[in-house]
Amino acid sequence: MKYEPVIGIEVHAQLKTESKLFCGCSTGFAAAPNHHVCPVCLGLPGTLPVLNRKAIEYVVRTCIALECEVSPASRFARKNYYYPDLPKAYQISQYELPIGRNGKLTVRAGGKEKTIRIHRIHLEEDAGKLVHDASGGSCVDYNRTGIPLMEIVTEADVRSSEEAVAYLTSLRSILQYIGVCGANMEKGEMRCEPNISVRPVGAEEFGTKTEMKNLNSFRAVRLGVDFEIERQIDAIENGERIVQETMRWDEATQTTQTMRSKERAHDYRYFPDPDLVPVEVSASVLELIRAKAPELPEPRRVRFISQYGLPEYDAEVLTGSKAMADFFERAAAIHNDPKAVSNWIMTELMGCLNESGKTIDECAVTAEDLTALLELMGKGVISARMGKDVFKDMFATGRPPAEIIKDKGLEQLNDETAISDAVEKVIADNPGPAADFRAGKKQAAGFLVGQVMRQTGGKANPKIVGRIIEEKLLSE
Amino acid sequence: MKLTREEVREVAYLSRIEMTDDELDRMTGQLGAILDYADMLNELDLEGVEPTSHVIPMKNVMREDVVKESCGVEKALMNAPDRFGDFFRVPKVIDEGEGH
Ligand SMILES: [Zn+2]
Repeated sequence: MKYEPVIGIEVHAQLKTESKLFCGCSTGFAAAPNHHVCPVCLGLPGTLPVLNRKAIEYVVRTCIALECEVSPASRFARKNYYYPDLPKAYQISQYELPIGRNGKLTVRAGGKEKTIRIHRIHLEEDAGKLVHDASGGSCVDYNRTGIPLMEIVTEADVRSSEEAVAYLTSLRSILQYIGVCGANMEKGEMRCEPNISVRPVGAEEFGTKTEMKNLNSFRAVRLGVDFEIERQIDAIENGERIVQETMRWDEATQTTQTMRSKERAHDYRYFPDPDLVPVEVSASVLELIRAKAPELPEPRRVRFISQYGLPEYDAEVLTGSKAMADFFERAAAIHNDPKAVSNWIMTELMGCLNESGKTIDECAVTAEDLTALLELMGKGVISARMGKDVFKDMFATGRPPAEIIKDKGLEQLNDETAISDAVEKVIADNPGPAADFRAGKKQAAGFLVGQVMRQTGGKANPKIVGRIIEEKLLSE
Repeated sequence: MKLTREEVREVAYLSRIEMTDDELDRMTGQLGAILDYADMLNELDLEGVEPTSHVIPMKNVMREDVVKESCGVEKALMNAPDRFGDFFRVPKVIDEGEGH
């Protein structure tokens, strides 16, 4: 029998606010344990949470980008459970009346367009961190407690690991574009939990689904989802039943394992949080946020094609990350040859980034330096081949190209007299090839040019060399 | 609405409250009486009335995204029953999480 996977994806995105969701504690990364805590996020009695305005703005901005309906009124609920990472014994979340509903995101997977519907977007607080192996007990750090998380839940529209990765890639890019989330999966800024089931092709009914955690990279998502699909199909073929449970992706063994969990079903007893009043996003506030909304990847891709005349492929690669697209536009504003800028970014710059494992944000070359290099090549100060070496040096040291060229004495030799002298010497030393060229053997020119380049330490402008050789040999 | 002893036992478990059989019986009766009392509301015609989620007529109480000094790790840990360095120490947790 043929099976079809049915996948829904839950993403938790950490919002890029300075302070926590309900108190003024810093959201800063890598603080010593329990240094970013206060009575509010520690859940001490007598404290009151006060909502961070920026977090609401960020969620609304995301709702707009994902074409969601924004609820005019939304409210917070308590999700109740006991666990040491949750000091209040409830998490402030949203249940009824989330901020956003019924959105969509269209992605490209396997050469086809696919629209994935967004079920809901809501705001909640993160829990603390448990360290299990320190002291015979368990150790708790509440720095993360109360950091704003945005939960984005799709409908079960995803049909393959490829579509899952395409959705996550596109979502990450959008979150980065609108500046609400760093969206680095390795750093845990964006956590993804797919739920997966399989059913015979053509069946209407959904199979039993499992949820998967600990997928910390796009690669892990692809491998983990494929593994779980295979595991479920094998189980069904062997006459076993799929149990609804949470699986954990194990990076070391590249397999999924059942997470131990309490035998009783979860019952979170959600109820409206009486400490927090409702949030109303009025039509005028919505318009204000919409007006400030930055350009999204897809419209920008289309604009790159029309405004700069770039090929589809270039436009897609460059707009894949906001930082890369910004870099291109800064450079294209200075240097009036967008395709040349694009070529250099896509081959030299991206090559260096790949090789060094750096991101564009960590790159020492500025858009101004890149365009300066292009100008120097355009003026014939250095050859294109030299340009590539200079670029590598710029990438490694962050120095401007003119300085590197001067220090290393790489300037192209354009002085006609000097080149003429070198050509005369080469002709005198190589009477055979010179005679061949005079007799009409054009390929002899290549040899002669090569000799002149050698004479001048590779610095002579090859175009001028070729012209002078022709002048000297053919005008006699 | 009739509250059962099993429902009370389940709610007690979820709230981590240990109860003797006697206490369960007493609570079933007392909580049941409270629910029955609230049930009187169902006799009213509430057609078209929005459920109350909040008794104070306020909305949009928010703060700006500004960092305030935290209370300091010593104050934070002051009332902790046990600590390990700057961590709170709790009995070893074997469950891998509630899947929240
Ligand atoms: Zn705090």
